[in-house]
Amino acid sequence: MWMTEIPIFVPFFIGALIAAFTRGTLRSVLMVAVPIFSALHLWMIPAGIHLQFIFLDYQLIPYRVDKLSILFGYVFHIAALIGIIYSLHLRDTMQQVSAMLYAGSSMGAVFAGDLLTLFVFWELLAFTSVFFILARRTQRSYTAAMHYLIIQVLSGVILLIGTIFYAIENNTLAFGYIGLNSIAGWLIFIAFGIKCAFPFAHNWLTEAYPEATVTGTVFLSAFTTKVAVYALARSYPGTELLIYIGAAMTCFPIFFAVIENDLRRVLAYSLINQVGFMVVGIGIGTALAINGAVAHAFNDVIFKGLLFMSMGAVLHMTGKINGSELGGLYKTMPKTTILCIVGAASISAFPLFSGFVSKSMVMSAALSEGYDWIWLMLLFASAGVFHHAGIKIPYFAFFAHDSGIRVSDPPKNMLFAMAIAAGLCIAIGIYPQALYTLLPYDTGYNPYDATHVLAQTQLLFFSALAFVWLNLKGMYPPELRSTNLDFDWVYRRALPHSLKNIFAIIWQKDRTLRQEIKQKLTLCLTYMAAKNNRLNGLLSRNYPSGSMAMWVAVVLATYLLLSFIK
Amino acid sequence: MKHEKKYLFDDPKNIKRVLHILYGCCALLVVLDFIIHRHISHNWENLFGFYPIYGFVGCVILVIVATWMRKFLQRDEDYYEKESYIKEDNTKEGYIKIDSKNETEANNKKETLAIKLTTKKGAHHVDD
Repeated sequence: MWMTEIPIFVPFFIGALIAAFTRGTLRSVLMVAVPIFSALHLWMIPAGIHLQFIFLDYQLIPYRVDKLSILFGYVFHIAALIGIIYSLHLRDTMQQVSAMLYAGSSMGAVFAGDLLTLFVFWELLAFTSVFFILARRTQRSYTAAMHYLIIQVLSGVILLIGTIFYAIENNTLAFGYIGLNSIAGWLIFIAFGIKCAFPFAHNWLTEAYPEATVTGTVFLSAFTTKVAVYALARSYPGTELLIYIGAAMTCFPIFFAVIENDLRRVLAYSLINQVGFMVVGIGIGTALAINGAVAHAFNDVIFKGLLFMSMGAVLHMTGKINGSELGGLYKTMPKTTILCIVGAASISAFPLFSGFVSKSMVMSAALSEGYDWIWLMLLFASAGVFHHAGIKIPYFAFFAHDSGIRVSDPPKNMLFAMAIAAGLCIAIGIYPQALYTLLPYDTGYNPYDATHVLAQTQLLFFSALAFVWLNLKGMYPPELRSTNLDFDWVYRRALPHSLKNIFAIIWQKDRTLRQEIKQKLTLCLTYMAAKNNRLNGLLSRNYPSGSMAMWVAVVLATYLLLSFIK
Repeated sequence: MKHEKKYLFDDPKNIKRVLHILYGCCALLVVLDFIIHRHISHNWENLFGFYPIYGFVGCVILVIVATWMRKFLQRDEDYYEKESYIKEDNTKEGYIKIDSKNETEANNKKETLAIKLTTKKGAHHVDD
């Protein structure tokens, strides 16, 4: 059947064309139709390689479907549909088009069967998503977008170099298990790591996501990091280094999240924290752990999208997103409040919400494989994520002190998109088997045993108790208008400043050096000039012009003489 | 705002209620620890109240450390937008300081002058 040979990204790229040339209701209808149609198309496709050809002696597989990729394919369709519905009220063709292209690129990357195709979509992801940040049209967002683009493209370039090394070493471009035992392996690992927001490479995310538009952040949060998680799961399962990187990723962002004022930046930090859980799962590499990692990626796309949507709704309606300026919004935004709390409960992994059924797999795997300290870190991060994303976000936006802002709930399309996401969060939480059948391995895992439910509930309730206690004691850090320094300080402040200083010194030295040389040269010249500055000197300035005339006469005379001789 | 509608948490009683429910749940969860038989996969879990204590202490430490981090990480909101942040700030502060100093000095002078005048006035005998 020819239908199966159409790669999944094609409908989305066609959708982008449609979005560029249509307006109004027609565009809305067609844009919503694209992910639905494409999802049905994906539903009917059997696993296997559906498209391949030979390019310069290498086999390229732009379209391969297997259990791992199809799971990400499904969740990206859900994310695209929710995002598109959420942004239906927009009248900004640039964002609508890039939404389609961005979603399509992520599908292309996920269904890529070789590294070259992956590289193409890897770079497309960067170039199509930067418009969400630029579309905010402020100086701040422009700077953030440029940093974002530079880092993302750098990741792509490293991937390309790694791919070339890989092709030379192994004489194949296959995108499968790679491992860390060659230069190519390390290069590709670093490329994936940058997009995955590994520590010290994470600031593109925390800088750019909160500067993107209301709807743009919803798209951004769904795709880029999850494509990287998918790539790691395919190429580096069971790499022990990932366990430690992931554990660091779960822990350090929560400290920043607690003191951050911009609530969407809080969510950006907690996004890194959640990706950390997935990275740990991939690092452990057992069937249960991999299942946990990809299931958590699936759930994270939905609940993090929901949280970003609810904060986007707040920003859209009030024009403010700083915790210090918000508060008391539950009074007039009750629906958004409830939907946000559903997202908060899901990310905190409350039983009966989606986070619980996937995060627990990673934790169980860590414990059963004997990574005790890692398990303790993950437990701390679970408590911490509840603290900053589960309580802080809803509390400072919708409750806390009354800011006096009275705005209504956001437009219906936004509410509807959030309702779909919230519904999925609860549905997966109540009936996890639906998700488990999609997972790559069959482990027969059951999240709802009494021990586990009790342990998790105890952990969460006492974290809440800690929040209440700290708040009543006045020890909870108040929301302050501020910037908190992170690693990006190195390239946003320290590096430019030190470069500036170094260049200032270099210019200064250069100037003195040149002045000295100039001085020496002038001295030389004056010396020469003085020497020749006599009347009879050959190069004298005072040489009479009469002698010149005489010499010309001599030359002409010689010439005349010569012509006679001839 | 007198006529504004009363909302759920405008009444402190309701906040108290929510807190009491939370305390109740916490107590119940600790009690459940004795009732439900756990199958333990790690020794630490055997410790009494491991999860509740870990959650509570973990969060308190998290907040204390994060608050401490503010000391050296916090900068002005437009830190990255300002080019020569430090210089500007110094001059600004210095300016304000000098200004306020002058003002207080001037005030002090005025006051002392006034006092002097009044005391002079007071000391000055009408008949002199």
